[in-house]
Amino acid sequence: MKAEEAHAYRAVTWNEPIIYALGRKGRQGFAIPEVEKDVKKAAGLALTYVPEKMLRKEIELPELSEPEVVRHFLRLSQETFGVDSGINVGVGTCTMKYNPKINEMLARSSKAIDIHPLQDAECVQGILELMYKLKGWLCEISGMDDLSFQPRGGAHAVFTNACIIKAYHKLINEQEERDEIITTVLSHPCNGGSPAVAGFKIITLYPNPETGIPSIEALKAAVSKHTAGLMITNPYDTGVFDINIEEYVKTIHEVGGLVAIDQANANCVLGRLRIGDSGVDLCHFNLHKTFSTPHGSCGPGSAPILVKEELSQFLPVPTVEFDGHRYYLDYDRPNSIGKVGEFYGVVPNVIRAYAWIMSVGGEGLEEVSETAVVNNNYLIKKLLKIRGVSLPWGELSPLRMHEVRLSLEKMKQDTGIGIEDVNRRIVDFGIQRCFTSHEPWIVKEPFTPEPTEACTKEDLDRFAEVFRQISDEAYANPEMIREAPHNCSISKVDLSPSTDPKKWAMTWRAYVRKHR
Amino acid sequence: MPVHHYIPNSVPEIKREMLKEIGVKNAEEIFAVIPEGIKCKRRLRLPHSSPEHEVKKAIETILSRNKTCNEVTSFLGAGCWPHYVPAVCDEVNSRSEFLTAYTGEVYSDLGRYQALFEFQSMIGDLVAMDAVSFPLYDWATAASDAGRMALIITGRREILVPRTMSPERLSVIRACCGDSAVIRQVDYNAGSGQLDLEDLEKKISSKTAAVYLENPSYLGFIETAGDDVSDIAHKHGALSIVGVEPLSLGMLTPPGEYGADIVCGEGQPLGMHMSFGGALLGFLAFHDDLKFVSATGHRLVSLAATKREGEFGFAYVLPERTMFAAREKTATITGTASVLWAITAAVYMSLLGPSGLRKLAQVIMQRCYYAAKLLSCIKGLKAPIFSSPHFEEFTVNFGNRKVHDVNSALLKQGIQGGKDLSYEFPELGNSALYCVTEVHAKEDIERLATILDGVVE
Repeated sequence: MKAEEAHAYRAVTWNEPIIYALGRKGRQGFAIPEVEKDVKKAAGLALTYVPEKMLRKEIELPELSEPEVVRHFLRLSQETFGVDSGINVGVGTCTMKYNPKINEMLARSSKAIDIHPLQDAECVQGILELMYKLKGWLCEISGMDDLSFQPRGGAHAVFTNACIIKAYHKLINEQEERDEIITTVLSHPCNGGSPAVAGFKIITLYPNPETGIPSIEALKAAVSKHTAGLMITNPYDTGVFDINIEEYVKTIHEVGGLVAIDQANANCVLGRLRIGDSGVDLCHFNLHKTFSTPHGSCGPGSAPILVKEELSQFLPVPTVEFDGHRYYLDYDRPNSIGKVGEFYGVVPNVIRAYAWIMSVGGEGLEEVSETAVVNNNYLIKKLLKIRGVSLPWGELSPLRMHEVRLSLEKMKQDTGIGIEDVNRRIVDFGIQRCFTSHEPWIVKEPFTPEPTEACTKEDLDRFAEVFRQISDEAYANPEMIREAPHNCSISKVDLSPSTDPKKWAMTWRAYVRKHR
Repeated sequence: MPVHHYIPNSVPEIKREMLKEIGVKNAEEIFAVIPEGIKCKRRLRLPHSSPEHEVKKAIETILSRNKTCNEVTSFLGAGCWPHYVPAVCDEVNSRSEFLTAYTGEVYSDLGRYQALFEFQSMIGDLVAMDAVSFPLYDWATAASDAGRMALIITGRREILVPRTMSPERLSVIRACCGDSAVIRQVDYNAGSGQLDLEDLEKKISSKTAAVYLENPSYLGFIETAGDDVSDIAHKHGALSIVGVEPLSLGMLTPPGEYGADIVCGEGQPLGMHMSFGGALLGFLAFHDDLKFVSATGHRLVSLAATKREGEFGFAYVLPERTMFAAREKTATITGTASVLWAITAAVYMSLLGPSGLRKLAQVIMQRCYYAAKLLSCIKGLKAPIFSSPHFEEFTVNFGNRKVHDVNSALLKQGIQGGKDLSYEFPELGNSALYCVTEVHAKEDIERLATILDGVVE
């Protein structure tokens, strides 16, 4: 074995059984407190209150002791690759930045977690104060006037903004007329999906092949008396900033529509662009991206929506307010769209985001964006030196914001190896796979690095070096990539259950029924 | 700007090297793409950077103004319930790998997929359904998704819901189903609280896509005629949707066994702290049937084989259904979901197992009955209002005393009374919803009764 191989990355491989194959009958991992004798005497046997047909016979769940449960889930955690595990530079659109540990400690303190959402306001002044103050900070960062923390993720926020756009037109009795939302195909898919759920027809604009952004003319051709609003991401996941934004706002406002910007990519404009200053009416931030709250293996996130003053009346109830003496929840908002989720949103993430902004401070936010953008452009420069990698719309400008959509189209043509293959190989080096692109793939064989401010220059150099090595393999030894992964917790997966109802199993009980 | 400890390349020398490689003099050359007219021309009005010990002190000072449910004895539930959270739950969801991962594929994130599959499996067993989706935001959005699935599957527009359901949840369903659904409420039996089957028969028609039932109901009682409700729905070609609080299923027949086609509910009791209502977990289960699978836009994790004999992998079922591929042709508002809580729920269910869940449900019910019994002995109080069996929560009527006044008096003595129902259910008069679980000691319940006795006198 070569020295290099001996020291190579190997993922933890436990071959850990599905939990249903563990444990033994009769085991239990947690002791339930006994009921006092006189309570039992007074309350009687609970079972006797429920009619026979509503009494459960069997519960088919695994039976494990506490040490077995801990070992099982510890092993599963070890077979998961988080931001703390290693390089996540390729995971664009996700803003995989560092999640500070002090923020965890604060968000998990008893004063934060042992409070009930319906407690008397006097008992929850602390958490209300944090929510109110973070609202102020996020308004300052975005140039907007008011906010709701209720949405739990970007798609939920875009939905909430669509509901507000609908309520706005309804209030001025125009809803029948205004049933169209315009979006762009390079915006996150939820900018089409969420307003569609809210009842809108969706018009999707495509980018100009030279610039990567739609033309003003395309937007002008799409607007009409039916236009309720424009809902787009800016900058796009391609790393291209849509420079037409002011013109879009003007065009949409001229026909009486509203503009909502999905600020999932705000990590590159902090302190440099307050989207509210460009006349935009609504926007949202993802606290789990820009403001460092952990992604939690895919949530809980938090995506506060922000609006201009005129739209504040439509925000979901309740809002958090301050009367000069005390903080309170305000339900008295007759034009509110109602509620889009239970209670007030993912409150622990409010604490984390507050802590993060305090730590980096106002100038620090500018430094975050500057470093994220420098890191990304440095990486682009390195990656473009690799055979088979190209930059769409690169002739116009080789510079991008904090992330970039690149293409392996050339590599695919030359070698048959495309991005899905590369993604199965890159994990062999202890590097998280790259995000490709949402559908449709406007860029062929796409991948989308986003280094964020939290990676080191050494990480970037390593990422580029591994990419070069994989490119070399693609041209010299493509079989190595086709059969990948080689160093991961499992080997290549048979994807046939994806499309075969006879084979797929979303639960153990379905698996047992179909396969045993 | 001094070097910041979260930003490794904020060291000026490193940045200079990188700018040189890029071929620009400074970062402003890159930012030049932002139109001058909208660039921020002033510093953000935010505090300066603070070191960790100051951040900690400042936030702890603010949070210290909270009075937690360890400091006051709370009898609040109503969609966010107080339960003991085993230490193992927090241990696992604090594991940095789970905490900081996002959406990697199965090769890098095998453990995340397996934990998700185990969550789906255990929810499936708890509710007795074969297909379970990726975790969702909360019960309300899961119920909305269940409703939209029913509209798609039946091609009809009307959803019938019980008048006893949580008004907050109903408000979410109205917002999330929007104009595509017509939502009508079915009355309840004034004595028992049970869904009024006659009114249901009257309102159901060939326009009805689904009948939605909550069990236990928002008002705490158990709906005992779930099978009849499902039968009536099916007779009219409609689907039966049941929303559940999962711990009750340690004792109650699962909806899958009384005719439910779609089951939704709130997973917060399965190992999540109350967190001011900020740690919710919706779940959604349905028949393992192409018609149902096609009607949801949610990700669904399936077990799969791998190249190596005897090894398990995972794959997404029909990924082209999801928002990420189908954009506006799908029916979902869930992207980033609540997987950390799904993993936690899997841990919780594994810890308790069948015997633990069964026992916990009984303990909750006994404590709840003990509290109702003590309160009902107080002159002028009625508890519970309804004659049906109850689980975890029950209604208390205070006669001519306003709930607000009762709660203010209780708070002075360190007790947070139940949720005031007088706005949501004016027909119940001065009533409140009380929640009693395994965390309430016998002494807590007795103290509540003693103090209430004094307060209402």
